[in-house]
Amino acid sequence: MKYLIIVVIFLSTFILFYKGLKNDPKAVPSNLISKDIPNFILKGLNGKPFSNQDLSYKGIKIVNFFASWCPPCKVEHEHLMNLSKNYDIYGIVKKDTLENIKLWFEKKGNPYKKIGFDNDGLTSIEWGVYGLPETFIVSKSGQILYRHIGPITENNIDKIVDIIDSSL
Amino acid sequence: MKFFFIFFAFFIKSFSVISVEPNEILSDVNLEKRAKIIGEQLRCLVCQNEDIQNSNADVAKDLRKLVRKLLNEGKTNKEIIKYVHQRYGDFVLFSPPVRFDTIALWLTPLIFIFVLVFIFFRKR
Repeated sequence: MKYLIIVVIFLSTFILFYKGLKNDPKAVPSNLISKDIPNFILKGLNGKPFSNQDLSYKGIKIVNFFASWCPPCKVEHEHLMNLSKNYDIYGIVKKDTLENIKLWFEKKGNPYKKIGFDNDGLTSIEWGVYGLPETFIVSKSGQILYRHIGPITENNIDKIVDIIDSSL
Repeated sequence: MKFFFIFFAFFIKSFSVISVEPNEILSDVNLEKRAKIIGEQLRCLVCQNEDIQNSNADVAKDLRKLVRKLLNEGKTNKEIIKYVHQRYGDFVLFSPPVRFDTIALWLTPLIFIFVLVFIFFRKR
């Protein structure tokens, strides 16, 4: 009996740990799902500021956090270009310069309706961002519907489009 | 040998403060102490079980700056931890809050010890 209990405890711990091995430690769930987007005001591309007011209209919006120094952001850029044909995409640039971004847009195109520069990283913290790139889908009424961690690729773009289309 | 241990202890200690850069440190000693206490309770989200106080990751650096900014604004330790918790969720806290869905985390070790004590020390 004594050993049976020990074996049961040992086995249940083993199964729990074994299952835990398959969890992705990088996929931290967002705490901001179905909450309003945070307030922010950032410097924009042509001297005009970019703030949460720009996202207050009724319509689905995609908010993408990126930088020119982030290699996975380059991977997803062409997908963002495609998405921008049908959807409104806004960008928040984390710790990067105006020159770098202008150069990047000249080379690869600009999928964003508006961008803002988060130079101190505090706006990224407001959104719960911890790595680049991250993409948020914002509902018509201004709540965060979905957060995508990492680059948008061929493997996950359909899921993102589905989420947007189902909330249109 | 004794010298070696003392040297080693200092060596380890110096590692624990190496991530906070000189320009981050607040001039008010008490506030900086509080910043350290708060920083050690917050997990760096990209570096697997390191606290933000001891991590060199970009997000940890930004969170350290945020903690110090909020301290300067007169926020309490609790308020600051709550602020970060609201944005990053339970994962950012080293000790998860006691709630209905986390109660198993707190009770299982106690039950485990209780069962073991019961099995091995009960009178025959």
